Amino acid sequence: MTDTDTQEGGAGTLALFLGLVLLLLVIAVAFAAAIGDYRISVGTVFLAVTNGLGLTAADIPPIEQSVVWDLRLSRALVAALAGAGLAICGAILQALLRNALAEPFVLGVSAGASTGAVAVIVLGIGAGSLSLSMGAFAGAFAAFGLVALLSNGATSGPNHTILAGVAASQLFNALTSYIVTTSGNAQQARDVMFWLLGSFGGVRWPDFQLLLGVVIIGLAICMVMARSLDAFTFGDEDAASLGVPVARIRLILFAVTALITATIVSMVGTIGFVGLVVPHAARYIVGPLHLRLLPVCAAVGAVFLVLADIASRVVAQQQTIPIGVVTALVGVPFFAIILYRARPQT
Amino acid sequence: MTVIAQNLVWGVRRKGIVNDVSLSVARGETLGLIGPNGSGKSSLLRLLSGLKSPQSGRVEILGQDIARVSRKALARQVAFVQQNAGTDTNVAVRDVVRLGRTPHRAALAGWTAEDERAVSTALEQVDMTDRRAQPWQTLSGGERQRVHIARALAQCPRVMFLDEPTNHLDIHHQIEILRMVRGLDMTSVIALHDLNLAAMFCDRIVVLQAGTVVACGPPAEVLTQALLREVFRVRAEVSLDAPLTQPHIRFLAA
Repeated sequence: MTDTDTQEGGAGTLALFLGLVLLLLVIAVAFAAAIGDYRISVGTVFLAVTNGLGLTAADIPPIEQSVVWDLRLSRALVAALAGAGLAICGAILQALLRNALAEPFVLGVSAGASTGAVAVIVLGIGAGSLSLSMGAFAGAFAAFGLVALLSNGATSGPNHTILAGVAASQLFNALTSYIVTTSGNAQQARDVMFWLLGSFGGVRWPDFQLLLGVVIIGLAICMVMARSLDAFTFGDEDAASLGVPVARIRLILFAVTALITATIVSMVGTIGFVGLVVPHAARYIVGPLHLRLLPVCAAVGAVFLVLADIASRVVAQQQTIPIGVVTALVGVPFFAIILYRARPQT
Repeated sequence: MTVIAQNLVWGVRRKGIVNDVSLSVARGETLGLIGPNGSGKSSLLRLLSGLKSPQSGRVEILGQDIARVSRKALARQVAFVQQNAGTDTNVAVRDVVRLGRTPHRAALAGWTAEDERAVSTALEQVDMTDRRAQPWQTLSGGERQRVHIARALAQCPRVMFLDEPTNHLDIHHQIEILRMVRGLDMTSVIALHDLNLAAMFCDRIVVLQAGTVVACGPPAEVLTQALLREVFRVRAEVSLDAPLTQPHIRFLAA
């Protein structure tokens, strides 16, 4: 148990912890840029980054400059942002839905994204003007819209909202399967499915810029509402009696999580486990109050996904394992330790 | 009058649950709300505290129509204690009581000396000061209820609504909690099942039956054998130690 008695006095410890995790993040990103089929020394990585930022004009091979700056660094930073975003979304949905099993895809966002992606790739909706990402994003928001509609603008209770999410997921998964099975092109379908399992291949700087904006704005909104989120500890009615405008907060936060999740899914596919596990781990470290929890979630989620991405590239030679597989393989043992140590002492 | 309710009507679909209820509570008064299961006690409390909006009628608290006051402003003056609100989150007693400061704090404002004072006073009032660091999951039912009341007290309200706060408590804690609430310099409305406790601790009692007020007044006037037979369908003997003092109810078998 954490010492919540010194909540505000613990701001120093929190800052120290966050600082350490961010340092770890920098190291992890550096390694992510160095490690791969084409190995590059960390020193060269450093020079390539300062070159890229325009701080230096060191003389390093153009191929290494390009691999570090154009491919690996953007990829590692997108992984970090995706991890941060998914972890924040998970923490918020667990609080709002008062359900330890809630995760970013509980509102049907990933199922909607897959339908949108399949519709663009297989059916050719948009006649080539729409990218796969845009299709996925539109599908994700369509699913979220359906959930919001089914749960009266998210004003019904948590279980009602979860059921609406289940219904939307089933519907969109069925639509995806229908489109895939009735289309003649099996290769296209397989491409989409592989993409949906999650991959950081192909992300570039514009993706990073977009995601950076979404995650920062999302985190800022969530931090402003962190105190209100704490008030949901004993349920919606209790939050209302503490002066929280429950319906408005729920709808805004659901929309923010849907926006972050949809952006991530449309870029890198459905990466499971991060959004479920990191909030639990973070709660174990800093306690349940969201003003402390959310930044820690973001930092830990970022490190976790960068490390998972490194693992996905080095575990199998010449092959990249879907990132979702790695997050589960790496995450479950780690989570098991926390579950074991946090078991009720009775 | 601190709380004034006029012609409150509320229901689910076509079923009326609260039918045309009007009542008023004076400053510092402890008002008991009694009635059989399903008579609308909990719904009425939620209408009075603004957690539910009436289909018609209005509630005034401290001279303001609560429908026109923001949730946050209302929560600075009115606290509500639910029955058996629980959580799976691993929170400490102190964190729960701190939640009571929510309506007084800006989104990112720090913890002030006034917040600290309100929390420690509230913990003292329910006698939980030395349990402040204890995790919620390890508390007994009575302790949890006391923490909920401390959280409501930390809101520094002027009016408090309590929905059967003594449910599931042993008799010692039932009396302790009601004695404490009554001893506060605060206007309070308490829904209760135990008629003798209502008689002991309430200045006035409102009796609800099928969503309407059937009696209202000091315990000795309201708790009569005729009313108990009619509203609660029990045979009972009501004895008064002296005229217009606290009535004592003895239920009769068969």
